[in-house]
Amino acid sequence: MHVSTFDRYEQRSSAVHQLDPRVKVVLTLLFIVSNVALPDGAWWAFAAGWALLLLVNRAAHFSFGYLFKRSFIALPFALAAVTVLFTLPGTAVASWQIGSHTLTVSDAGLMRFASILIRSWLSVQMAILLTATTQFPDLMHALHHLRVPQVLVSIISFMYRYLFVLADEVIRLLRARDARSARLTTDGKLGGTIWWRAKVTGSMAGQLFVRSFDRSDRVYNAMLSRGYRGHLLTMNPHVMNGRDWLMAGVGTAVLVIIQLLGWLT
Amino acid sequence: MIFPASVQLLHIPDGFLSLPISVVSWAITLVLLYFAVRNAQQVLDERLVPLAGIMAAFIFAGQMLNFPVAGGTSGHFIGATLAAIVLGPWVGLLAMTAVISLQALLFQDGGLVVMGANILIMGIVPTFVGYGLYQLLRNQSRGVMLVGTAVASWVSIEMAALITALLIGFSGTSAFNVAVPAMLGVHALVGIGEALITVAAISFIQRTRPQILAEGSVAGSGRWVVAGLVIALVVTLFAPLASASPDGLEWVAGEHGFLQTAKDAPYQILPDYTIPFLGESGFSTIVAGIVGVLLVMGITYLLGRLLQRHEPVTSNQ
Repeated sequence: MHVSTFDRYEQRSSAVHQLDPRVKVVLTLLFIVSNVALPDGAWWAFAAGWALLLLVNRAAHFSFGYLFKRSFIALPFALAAVTVLFTLPGTAVASWQIGSHTLTVSDAGLMRFASILIRSWLSVQMAILLTATTQFPDLMHALHHLRVPQVLVSIISFMYRYLFVLADEVIRLLRARDARSARLTTDGKLGGTIWWRAKVTGSMAGQLFVRSFDRSDRVYNAMLSRGYRGHLLTMNPHVMNGRDWLMAGVGTAVLVIIQLLGWLT
Repeated sequence: MIFPASVQLLHIPDGFLSLPISVVSWAITLVLLYFAVRNAQQVLDERLVPLAGIMAAFIFAGQMLNFPVAGGTSGHFIGATLAAIVLGPWVGLLAMTAVISLQALLFQDGGLVVMGANILIMGIVPTFVGYGLYQLLRNQSRGVMLVGTAVASWVSIEMAALITALLIGFSGTSAFNVAVPAMLGVHALVGIGEALITVAAISFIQRTRPQILAEGSVAGSGRWVVAGLVIALVVTLFAPLASASPDGLEWVAGEHGFLQTAKDAPYQILPDYTIPFLGESGFSTIVAGIVGVLLVMGITYLLGRLLQRHEPVTSNQ
């Protein structure tokens, strides 16, 4: 399996790509916090947030469709919020008769539901832009510089490094299982009972665990023999320049304006 | 192409939790991560990073393993209980934290500001609860140990689902009366798949590498159950206090005032999922959920005690 299977980085040469990863991480988090902090029904502020997203998207040389297509990833979770439509007290907007039950949508419920969806939709898009414009190792360095404990950063970096290796291992296991007819056919006759299939899958998980555990041992020994002393070194200095500070300031100012827009109108 | 970043109801995206709830979740998560790093480093030293990192990759890759159930659906596993049993709760928690962080950072599977809540839900709660229950039964016969593993993984998934429903409810994003039974119901099924795979995996590891299971254990078995429960209770009790902003409390008040019209709501399908003397409120449903989980844990414990008489403990490892 190739590294790019999991990588979400999109190579472009834009100002957004060149921005220091620390600035991007902090502004993304502030943007999300700002969305969550806005009151329900702050439509102008939400619109301003979306405009900001489109601006960043353009500056990063991505097409409108790129961001738009990927922006619905969190949508299935909206199911969890559907109930507010019916449970918030307010003026009835619409109601349906289902059997002996009446479902009534209130205006307050509708406003809250829409606000939750918009907050989530805007937030996920900024996170997508962060990942698409920042290489994963740079992201990890940013977290390190932002005082996330080195151990955690190292563990995540390690996981990223070995994801592809273990994914390959899984694909080998799955191929071996398919070759031995554990697949369920349409008539449901082949492939044993559901218990048997679960047992096979569980044994595969066990096998994968044993192989991973052994690999971590080998990797550790290899690292020790190359002078590992508990932390990973980097050759990238990651120095903030004037432009990075400027962008950090401008970004924060824009978010403050969005907040004012949301609370004052 | 098999792809692990499937939609899971436990990965909360940004925007679905209120700010106070996100902050409180982060606070709880950070405290436990601090202890996890400290304890794991004491035991493993610089070996911690490669072990936890590769184990995190194992859990992530393991989520690609699925088994066909019926009609195009498939069971696949989350892995927190398995990780806690084989690596111990601290390293298991660190591995789960890495998995959740990577899923959020790389795939937007789960939000960034709500990541603290997601680590609490999918990392802290299932590793502690699962590990605690497993510890209760592990020194007994192989069959009892495997049953303990099954119950541990099932209960840990249910606890995670319960906490998810509570956090969403306290944020005013969903009604408790619907969220709690719906999440518990869906994950009762998800949990069965999880339990089957975990049991088979543990059984495989026990047959091939029994020494790994012995290494993974940490002293003080009973304390882990207590720790898991305390976390669950802290969340349940403090979350409403945290949402003192108009959001949460006003909403809960609205919920109570709305009881008259609630007769028409769809959750009348589950009218008995409440404690009668507490009335038909969201609060009552929470209590019902907690009582249910406690009951399962209690039964497991008693079962373990009863079986212990017939199966004498061979050694106190």
